[in-house]
Amino acid sequence: MDAPRETFYDVIRRQGITRRSFVKFCSLTAASLGLGANGAATVAHALETKPRIPVIWMHGLECTCCSESFIRSAHPLVKDVVLSMISLDYDDTIMAAAGHQADAILQETRQKYKGQYILAVEGNPPLNENGMYCIDGGRPFVEKLTEMAADAMAVIAWGACASWGCVQAAKPNPTQAVPIDKVIRDKPIIKVPGCPPIAEVMTGVVGYVVTFGRLPELDRQGRPKMFYSQRIHDKCYRRPHFDAGQFVEAWDDEGARQGHCLYKMGCKGPTTYNACSTTRWNGGVSFPIQSGHGCIGCSEDAFWDKGSFYDRLTNISAFGIEANADQIGMVAAGTVAAGLAVHAGVTAVRRLTDKSGPHGH
Amino acid sequence: MLSIRTTLREQRGNAMAQASGLPGVIDRVDERAPRRQTVYVYQAPVRIWHWTTVLCILVLGVTGYLIGSPPPSLSGEASAHYQMGYIRFAHFAAGYVLAIGLVFRFVWAFFGNRWSRQIFVLPVWDRTWIRGLIYELKWYMFLVRDPKKYIGHNPVGHASMFGLVLLLVFMICTGFAMYAEGAGRESWQYAMFGWVFSIFPNSQDVHTWHHLGLWAVVIFVVGHVYAAVREDILSRQSMISAIVSGERVFRDDFRDGFKDRAP
Repeated sequence: MDAPRETFYDVIRRQGITRRSFVKFCSLTAASLGLGANGAATVAHALETKPRIPVIWMHGLECTCCSESFIRSAHPLVKDVVLSMISLDYDDTIMAAAGHQADAILQETRQKYKGQYILAVEGNPPLNENGMYCIDGGRPFVEKLTEMAADAMAVIAWGACASWGCVQAAKPNPTQAVPIDKVIRDKPIIKVPGCPPIAEVMTGVVGYVVTFGRLPELDRQGRPKMFYSQRIHDKCYRRPHFDAGQFVEAWDDEGARQGHCLYKMGCKGPTTYNACSTTRWNGGVSFPIQSGHGCIGCSEDAFWDKGSFYDRLTNISAFGIEANADQIGMVAAGTVAAGLAVHAGVTAVRRLTDKSGPHGH
Repeated sequence: MLSIRTTLREQRGNAMAQASGLPGVIDRVDERAPRRQTVYVYQAPVRIWHWTTVLCILVLGVTGYLIGSPPPSLSGEASAHYQMGYIRFAHFAAGYVLAIGLVFRFVWAFFGNRWSRQIFVLPVWDRTWIRGLIYELKWYMFLVRDPKKYIGHNPVGHASMFGLVLLLVFMICTGFAMYAEGAGRESWQYAMFGWVFSIFPNSQDVHTWHHLGLWAVVIFVVGHVYAAVREDILSRQSMISAIVSGERVFRDDFRDGFKDRAP
C-alpha cells in the first residue's frame, strides 16, 4: 500500500498482459458502456494515465449474491476489474487478510486516500436495538458504514439490499433494516439494484467511474441511466406476443410452450427497470423470461411486499385484508350501486305514499 | 321565457345581481326565480367537454380494465394479431383527448359564465354554501321534504364534480407518468410527469393506484347518473336535457314555503 500509486496500465503491463490484449479489453469495456467509436481510445487513455482507484467493499445484512454475481462477470472478466481496473483494498468475503489485519486496511485506506476511494456497499444496516442485528468486527455495521462513507469519494449501493432494503426490510422488518441512503446523506450514491445486479452492469458501473473519474448519469432514483432507463418489458424478446394479445394462461399450457408473453402469469417486466432483457445473465446465456418464468421485479423498491410473484394485479394490504385493485373496486362499486338502488327504492315508495306533495299534478 | 334567457345571456358578466332577479331559484346567495323559466347554464364548450369526457371515460374504463386483465390469449402467429396494441392505442388516444379536454375546460372557466367556474372552486369558506350542502345531504337522506333549486350545481353535486376534477387530475398524472415509461426518459411526458416516481419509486404502485382510480371513476359515474336522473324527476328542474341543450328549465315552485320542514 505504501508504493507510489500506479496507473492501471502499469499494473496491466507488470502482470504480463500485452498491449494488444489491453486494447481489446478497452474496446470491450467501451462497447459495454455504450460509448461511441472513440470510446475505446478514451478508456485506454484513462487507464494509461490515471492512478488506480482504491475500492472498499463492505457487507451488511445480505446474502452475498451480489459478490457471487460480480465474480461471474464475463465482459469485462472480473479478474481484469479486480486486478487491473480497481484496487480492491478491502472485501472481507474474498480477501486473504482477516480480523485485526483486515480492519487495519480500512483505517489505512481512510487516512491515506481521504476523499479518493470508492465505498461499495453490499447489504444494508439494521437500525433497531442500536444496530445490534449486524455486528461487524465487534461494532454495529451502521457505525462502520457511516465512518467509512464520511471520507469516501462516492458510494456504490450494490443490489436491492443497499438500494431499497430488499428481503430484510420487507414487512414487518423486525431489525429495521434500511437502504444505505437513509444513513449516508452527504455523499453521492449510485444505486445498482437487483437481487443480485447483473455482473456486467456491476463491472460496467465500476468501469465507468474509473475511466471517467466521475459518476455515470443517474436517474430520479439514483440508478445509472445507461442500465436502468428501460423496463424489462420494453426490450423483452416476447414483447411481440404481448402486443398481439398472446399470453401464457397457465404453466405448461400451449402458450407457455410457444413462448408467449408471461404478463398474465404475473411477470413484473412492465414495471421493472433493469438490463436483463438486453444483457441477459451468465455471459448472455439467458434471463428469467427466456427460461419461461416471469420477472419478479427484483430490482424494484419493496418487491417482496407487492404480493405474489404470480399475480398481475398486486395486493393492497389494508385493514388486514389482502385484495387487489379489482376486488376492492368491484366491491366498492357494487356497494355503491346497491346503496343507490335501495335509495331509489325508498325515493319511489315515498313519492307514492306522499300525496300532499307538489308532484300531484 | 325566451326574453329572460336572452337577458341572462347578455348580462352574464354582471355576476350575481342578475340572477337574483329570478325569484324561486336559489343559488349561493339564496335567490328566487319566477314560476317557470329557463336559464342558459351550460354553454356549448361545457357541453362539448361533458360529452367528450363521457366518451373518453367509457373508452378509458373498458380498455384500462382490459390492459389490467387482457382478453383470452389468441392463437396463431404473433404477426397476425395486434390486439393489445389496439387496446393500448385506444387507451392512450382517449387519455390524450381527456387530458387536453380537461385543460381546455379549465381555460374555459376563465372565459365562460359564472357556472363554468363552479367545478374548479369548492367554496368551503362560504357559510351559505355549507348550509346548502348540509340541506342537500339531508335531502338525499330523506330528512327534508323538498329540494332546493339551483341554477348551477347543488352543493353536493358541486362537491362531487370538484372531486371528479381532482380524480381526473390524479388519473392524468399517473397515466402520463406510466406512458412516459414507454416514451423514455428523454420524453416531455417524463419531464412533466416523472415526479410521480419520486412519490412511488416502484412503478407497480403507480399501476395499482391508477387501477384503483378506475374504480373510483366507475363509482362517480354510477352516482352521477343516478343523481342526475333522480333530481330531474324530483327537484323541479331539468338535469339531463340541460346538459344536452344547455338550458335549465325550472318547474313549479309553490312548495318553497315548506322548504325547511321535515316530512
